[in-house]
Amino acid sequence: MAESDLALLQERFDYLTERESADHLAVNCPADKLIEFCTALRDEFGYDMLMDVTAVDWDAQSPRFTGIYHFLSTTKHVYLRVASDCPDDINPTLPSLCDLYAAANWHERETFDLMGIRYEGHPNLRRILMWDEYPYHPLRKEFPLAGIDVPLPAADVAEQTKASVIPAPMMGGPFVSSGDGPMSQTEPRARDESWTEKKEKPTD
Amino acid sequence: MATTTKEFTIADASSRASEIEGDVPGETMAINVGPSHPTTHGVLRLMMELDGDVIKKCEPVLGYLHRGDEKIAENMTYNQFVPYTDRLDYLAPLANNVAYAMAVEKLANLEVPERCEAIRVLCCELARISSHLLGIGVYGMDAGAWTVFMYTFTEREKLYTLFEELTGARFTTSYTRIGGVARDIPEGWLGRVLEFCNGVLPVIDQVDKLLTRNRIFMDRTEGVGVISKEDAIAYGITGPNLRASGVDLDLRKDKPYLGYDKYDFEVPVGTTGDCYDRYLMRAEEVRQSVSIVRQVIDKFPEGPHYAEEAKKIFAPPKAKILSSMEELIQNFMIVTEGPQIPAGEVYFEAENPKGALGFYIVSKGGGVPYRLKIRGPSFCNLSILDKLIPGHYLTDITVILGSLDFVMGECDR
Repeated sequence: MAESDLALLQERFDYLTERESADHLAVNCPADKLIEFCTALRDEFGYDMLMDVTAVDWDAQSPRFTGIYHFLSTTKHVYLRVASDCPDDINPTLPSLCDLYAAANWHERETFDLMGIRYEGHPNLRRILMWDEYPYHPLRKEFPLAGIDVPLPAADVAEQTKASVIPAPMMGGPFVSSGDGPMSQTEPRARDESWTEKKEKPTD
Repeated sequence: MATTTKEFTIADASSRASEIEGDVPGETMAINVGPSHPTTHGVLRLMMELDGDVIKKCEPVLGYLHRGDEKIAENMTYNQFVPYTDRLDYLAPLANNVAYAMAVEKLANLEVPERCEAIRVLCCELARISSHLLGIGVYGMDAGAWTVFMYTFTEREKLYTLFEELTGARFTTSYTRIGGVARDIPEGWLGRVLEFCNGVLPVIDQVDKLLTRNRIFMDRTEGVGVISKEDAIAYGITGPNLRASGVDLDLRKDKPYLGYDKYDFEVPVGTTGDCYDRYLMRAEEVRQSVSIVRQVIDKFPEGPHYAEEAKKIFAPPKAKILSSMEELIQNFMIVTEGPQIPAGEVYFEAENPKGALGFYIVSKGGGVPYRLKIRGPSFCNLSILDKLIPGHYLTDITVILGSLDFVMGECDR
């Protein structure tokens, strides 16, 4: 079943290559052909459900980021994995599938948030799990589990934590509520709003 | 301003709002529900724009519960991650454990023995019953029916006692292992499960009497929050929510795992896809799960509860660790380096109470996954909110959210 499916797909799209997989059919598709291929998948091959969008960071390798898509056919009950390498390692981009599958919207936002892959054509590419001002993409391999090591830690942090890490910036984080005054003015907000990502912290 | 009084119809709330003296026609109001609110069933924030009572725009905001499970998984061994899967859908930890273990087993090309499969089916189905009991109960409460919650919660309590006997924990069970389950079933446990099954059906009938033909409940749920078949597929909605919209897709039936094809059960499929249908799906699924549980217990197989060839993955029995050098070394290797899983990519989805829970694992060999992605069904089920909610009344969001039966732990991961 899977074998013939692959032959069928490859006959139609000569740019596809088979991808090693421990389970169901998987193909590699170049990023610039992704929209064309997925349109055909949805309309002609019956893969009508986009189950999952994610990406893999291969760290020191190039191409560094691979976007992964899992499709399910609700009629044939088969899965298909499509992998697409991001051409650029520094600013990885992929075309957005939002117009084809509504499900792609949140999945792509999540992958953008955690992996830093920009989806071109996404109607609302904002962070979804982390807060908007968060500067890092935590699922990248260079992002360590316990924070970011720096050679010279900020003095005030080292004093308190005895660790050579700087904490992730909290400005803009929706974490503090003053708790007094009318409710309309006690929306949770950043603890210290005198400095932000754009405006430097006062030195004195 | 108008001085004559006029009779207003409830149906057209937006025009009514503009007729009221002092109200500026066309002016909308912003309102937040959540992040912490009884009807959001967790930390979910809905930013809404209201025109009178009608919601014009809705933007769900999540991420308040994000714990970085995927990052954690990539920094620990396969075995160590099992307890973390409990915390995804914390209303059905047993089913999550099974889904995760099966994904890794697929990667390691491991076959589990029949007895283990049977135990896992029991786990999955009891977890489904437990999750749906809470889902229905809380849903009833959202619609104003307190009694239902009391009935279903009592039953769920009995179920948790059974879980405690089986796994040693009531809530976060961490029961399955890669290649098997942690321990065999306790003596007489199957009998007690059957007893529970006999007890839960009358309760579901009782709930049926309280809700299914209840005028208030029907008025609040029928025709509310309708998800069309096309939308359900496009948004990747799974589980009872998908089937309520009339799509006959159940991974237990259509892509059988754990020997689900051996059991005889029906997959309920709805017609309208409204909140009422989603309730009916869950009620019927409890009945079907009870029937599956009975069939499993009917022909409960003998044999080992973990795969023999999983020696390199499964920690040896405690007694052997203490008495034999070989087993001690093996245990040490498993604890320090993790089970050695071959390189490869795998994606496995299990039909969980909330929908299809998927694990995508990339392995470069060794004891730690290189990349582990969790597809939380609640995440996908919620993504339709910004399309589903506009046009409804503010009070409708209570039942819409309740009917989707989501868990934020799984949504944010």
